Amino acid sequence: MDFLDVLLSASFWAATIRIASPLIFATLGELICERAGVLNLGIEGIMVAGAFAGWMAVYSGLGLWPGVAVAMMVGMGFGLIQSLLTVPFGLSQHVVGLGVTLLATSATYYAYRLALPEVTSPPKIVPFRPWEVPVLSDIPLIGPALFAQTPLTYLAFLLVGVVSLVLYRTPLGLALRAAGENPAAVAAQGLSVTGLRMGAVIVGSGLMAVGGAFLTMSAFDSFFFEMVNGRGWICIALVVFGAWKPGKALLGAVLFAAFDALQIRVQQTALGSDIPYQIFLMTPYVLSILALIVMSRRAEVPAALMVAFNKGER
Amino acid sequence: MRLEPITNPSLARNILPPFLAIAITVSVASLLAMLAGANPFAVLGLILKGAAGSKFAMLETLNRATPLIFTGLAVAVAFRARLWNIGAEAQLYAGALATVVFGTGMLHWPAMALLPTLAVAALLAGALVLLIPALLKVRFGVDEVVTTLLLNFIFLLFVSMLLEGPLKDPMGMGWPKSERLIAAARLPRIVEGLRLHWGFTLALLAAAVVWLIDQRTTLGYEMRAVGLNRAAARFAGIPVNAVLIKTALLSGGLAALAGFSEVAGVKGSLTLDLSPGFGYTGIIVAMLALLNPLGVVAAALFVAGIFVGADSMSRAVGVPTYLADIMLATALLLMVLAILLTRFRVVRE
Repeated sequence: MDFLDVLLSASFWAATIRIASPLIFATLGELICERAGVLNLGIEGIMVAGAFAGWMAVYSGLGLWPGVAVAMMVGMGFGLIQSLLTVPFGLSQHVVGLGVTLLATSATYYAYRLALPEVTSPPKIVPFRPWEVPVLSDIPLIGPALFAQTPLTYLAFLLVGVVSLVLYRTPLGLALRAAGENPAAVAAQGLSVTGLRMGAVIVGSGLMAVGGAFLTMSAFDSFFFEMVNGRGWICIALVVFGAWKPGKALLGAVLFAAFDALQIRVQQTALGSDIPYQIFLMTPYVLSILALIVMSRRAEVPAALMVAFNKGER
Repeated sequence: MRLEPITNPSLARNILPPFLAIAITVSVASLLAMLAGANPFAVLGLILKGAAGSKFAMLETLNRATPLIFTGLAVAVAFRARLWNIGAEAQLYAGALATVVFGTGMLHWPAMALLPTLAVAALLAGALVLLIPALLKVRFGVDEVVTTLLLNFIFLLFVSMLLEGPLKDPMGMGWPKSERLIAAARLPRIVEGLRLHWGFTLALLAAAVVWLIDQRTTLGYEMRAVGLNRAAARFAGIPVNAVLIKTALLSGGLAALAGFSEVAGVKGSLTLDLSPGFGYTGIIVAMLALLNPLGVVAAALFVAGIFVGADSMSRAVGVPTYLADIMLATALLLMVLAILLTRFRVVRE
């Protein structure tokens, strides 16, 4: 298989969009948190919890969309813990985030072991099926990629627009961004910095969980340990790469997914079989670090990111 | 609500919040044990017994605490300077890697010469691994949280590649596993017949050294100053970037000693399951110890006890061992909150 053949194959582009989808959800979630001033390192664990909760809900008999809702609510629950400790109490966002990741991951594994004590291979559910848009999905090359995906993928792309719109075109978005840039000014306007930040972290965590649920309910059909495998951390890198802007973050996620889809395909070529497979598996993480180095020179970090706000303190 | 500093906290103020944190953690664990259909008192009792109920149990706890002291120290040193090293796992494997590279026959020296050489090699390897994110941070301003986290994944894949390639044991029946260390490269037991090796002593020594650096040297003072207020430290003429680099070298080296101690003291060879997350658990150890080097020893013993106890409890009554991780995560989150509440009062508006 030639390099150009890969780029000109419809399956490559379809895979790219599929791989990007969970990253888009979780990156948007993290972006909302960080725009309001809270670094949410709980992301990795919240994705694990979301992946399990959504899948388990469907496995226990709920429909697919209710399953997504369950995942989202579980994510919001962990978001509540994260936000309660970091916003009103102003505790270290690093420590709390890592603690939440550990709590969410271990609680998930505990629940999995309790729910399915005797299984060697995890049971499967019937995941989301692709919705093929008539006519459009027949466009060569990009048709299958853009118009024959599962509904969750369409939702991910739609959300980029919604988050953009809310952040830049509504008073709520303005207040949210201000809470991450200059919380004292927000408080001076009579708005609650605590409320805004907590809301952002809770909603953002919900989106992260949906990103996790995409893995078990759309990309695959069962839950297994180590399934999220650092995707959460990659999303944190993607937020930086996207300069805290939803559109650019989307671009970053798609670009990243394209590289990922490409490395899977190169692995199967004659050239790929001479290179240890670990080199290919490393590329997503190496790319994330490279992206951080490139973007860090002109990063526009929210000024009050990781700065706790205690009213009345000067 | 708003937080107000307390100028002279009462005794109850100092004791009550941490006590409540522990009580809630134990209640959560009991509730989860009940969910698993077990008697919570039996479960807690079995954890205690498994951790410290016999000589064997206690030695097992000390053994498990050894790598946690190293990684806990690594995290404590870094976090004190507000260098967020979440990559102790990678540095641990770097130390293990250096140990097997030089300890499986490349150097045929007597133990007295070989063991210190291996320890130093491990230390340097770990320091080097953390040097990369530290340099990226001071040169380009790249956030070290993400880079150290991602390096864990990269480095583990790198080790996996070596174990299936140049370092693979030809006698390993196809398993990705390094050759065994030569006899002189093994850390001997402290007392013949008891399963505790000199790595534990080395860990205690490391804690004492880190404490001395912290309390008695300029570097320790500078590290704390950089952690407390970077801008003020710079204003006071402290070379902040140089201090951060030194902190990184020390932190990475300490984490790597965990890898050296596990390979030379316990396993004898390197496999991909050398560490069940000792690097990450080091963060909990360091936080529970309030980043105090001597406290790290106590916290590591506590955390190791929970893990060892939960393992033995799980074998007896079948409650999943993840109960230990949940307990530790809960304890961590509640303890940081409790410490805050000993110093601040919550005021309602």
